Amino acid sequence: MSMIRDAATIARRNVIRIRRVPDVMVFVLMQPLMFVLLFAYVFGGSIDIPGGSYREFLIAGIFAQTVVFGATFTASGLAEDVQKGLINRFRSLPMARSAVVAGRTASDVVYNGLSVVIMSLAGLAVGWRIRGSVLDAVVAYLLLLFFSYSFSWVMACLGLVVPTPEVVNNATFIVLFPLTFIANTFVPSDNLPGVLRTMAEWNPVSTLTHAVRVRFGNLPTGTPEPTSWPLQNAMLYSLGWAVLLIVVFAPIATRLYQRTDKR
Amino acid sequence: MNTPHTNTGLAVEASGIVKRYGEVTALDGLDLAVPTGTVLGLLGPNGAGKTTAVSVLTTLISPDSGWARVAGLDVVAEPQRVRSLIGLSGQYAAVDEHLTATENLEMIGCLYGMTRREARKRAEDLIEQFRLTDSAHRPLKTFSGGMRRRIDLAGALLADPPVLFLDEPTTGLDPRSRGELWDAIRNRVADGTTVVLTTQYLEEADQLANEIVVIDHGRAIARGTSQELKRHVGGEHLDVHLARPEDIGRVESIVASVASGAVRIVADEALVSVPVASGVDALSSVLNDLQAANIDVVDIGLRRPTLDDVFMELTGHAAEVEGAS
Repeated sequence: MSMIRDAATIARRNVIRIRRVPDVMVFVLMQPLMFVLLFAYVFGGSIDIPGGSYREFLIAGIFAQTVVFGATFTASGLAEDVQKGLINRFRSLPMARSAVVAGRTASDVVYNGLSVVIMSLAGLAVGWRIRGSVLDAVVAYLLLLFFSYSFSWVMACLGLVVPTPEVVNNATFIVLFPLTFIANTFVPSDNLPGVLRTMAEWNPVSTLTHAVRVRFGNLPTGTPEPTSWPLQNAMLYSLGWAVLLIVVFAPIATRLYQRTDKR
Repeated sequence: MNTPHTNTGLAVEASGIVKRYGEVTALDGLDLAVPTGTVLGLLGPNGAGKTTAVSVLTTLISPDSGWARVAGLDVVAEPQRVRSLIGLSGQYAAVDEHLTATENLEMIGCLYGMTRREARKRAEDLIEQFRLTDSAHRPLKTFSGGMRRRIDLAGALLADPPVLFLDEPTTGLDPRSRGELWDAIRNRVADGTTVVLTTQYLEEADQLANEIVVIDHGRAIARGTSQELKRHVGGEHLDVHLARPEDIGRVESIVASVASGAVRIVADEALVSVPVASGVDALSSVLNDLQAANIDVVDIGLRRPTLDDVFMELTGHAAEVEGAS
């Protein structure tokens, strides 16, 4: 019980920070906003979505990319707390051992929720629409946030081992860039050559994108059923990944937290 | 691990603490005993092992060998109970600079297990006590270094812990802020709190500590009251402040003839300092020699030994105060 109380205290502190330093969000959202413009207006004309609009297709991919990159906020936030000596302070307090990381990942859901809201508005501005039911839309948003939440636990581990917060961006970029591009985020994976296509089909970012795309009704009618198992079961497969990430990385993050010592 | 029964008169006890980081031995068999209600000053240069000692005592790291008890509780066996009885204020003000003073302290109070209402009440009391009421609702990034340190110290005091660990609480502060922090610490001690204080400032240990443990290379090389340590160095010191730093070499050989210990040279201040057995004789003899050698002196005088001298005598090198900055 005290763990939930302590995590809530930490989460409250992080949410106050989001409010005090809104410019962080502007910088982080600069990239997906640029991608919206770049793909919607520059590359979009050359990408053919049979029977549908590319902009409509694009936005689910942008959402997935936004929440995956958004999870890195967890890493940089924790790395900053380590650097500033706050983690040592927390570790000297009689609080629950898992609460700092649990509070951080929880508050980052708020952060990512705000990001998704802003990206939705950007999407609406370029012509994206929610075509499915309200319930489907809610499920799509919840899936995005849950996936982001699970990925935050991976990023928490990273944040607790990097020497400085600045390393986080470089360390994550080389992994997240291919992860979000070798996928169906920006182009249909059917068009990818051999091995890349298989990678894209099994990539949880693809299944997340696909599940969200379907729920929002952004796939044109007549789009053939996907042939690969993960995409056929996109929702289940994405949720499976999310649960797996939490089960594996939450205990690791808690252990790393206990061993963190800024010297 | 073999832990003897607790001596109830001691708030902090440590025996044979060893902590290694790879090749580096940060603590090399440190023993401490701090009676309840007193201040222990851990004095040493950068890298002497002061922060490592505090980290072990505050449960942040486990020792490789040896044991430590805080408020009668073993720090390795019962870290969580130890944490509820200690307050830690670190070398860097561990505050969230985007939160206000009240928000920072309220958060710490909640993490000590207070309700939000209790925590806020306590935060407001401390902010008033530290005379920061006017700034209570401003984010800490607008605070000066001294104000941040006060908030950090207030965080350590928030739950009224019986044992306080202050790791270089005034490093980098201006003299006025330092004096204010010292007063705050003295007030707590007057109320019966036990304090373990690390410092590079010899004056700070002199001002606050009942007992001083001088550590170097992870072990205690001397312990005693400030008076005892000064007596250890013995006699008086002769300080010669020169007009021209170029003369240091010549002056060094002049004072060597009257020295009862190692000659200390502070090059940037053009100061040559030396312990002497019989002060007045040494002073007149050195004055004559300086005149004969035609060396300009800004100031020359006898003084009682300081902890600086103690440090020099014990370690053979000067305390590297602010050596890193």
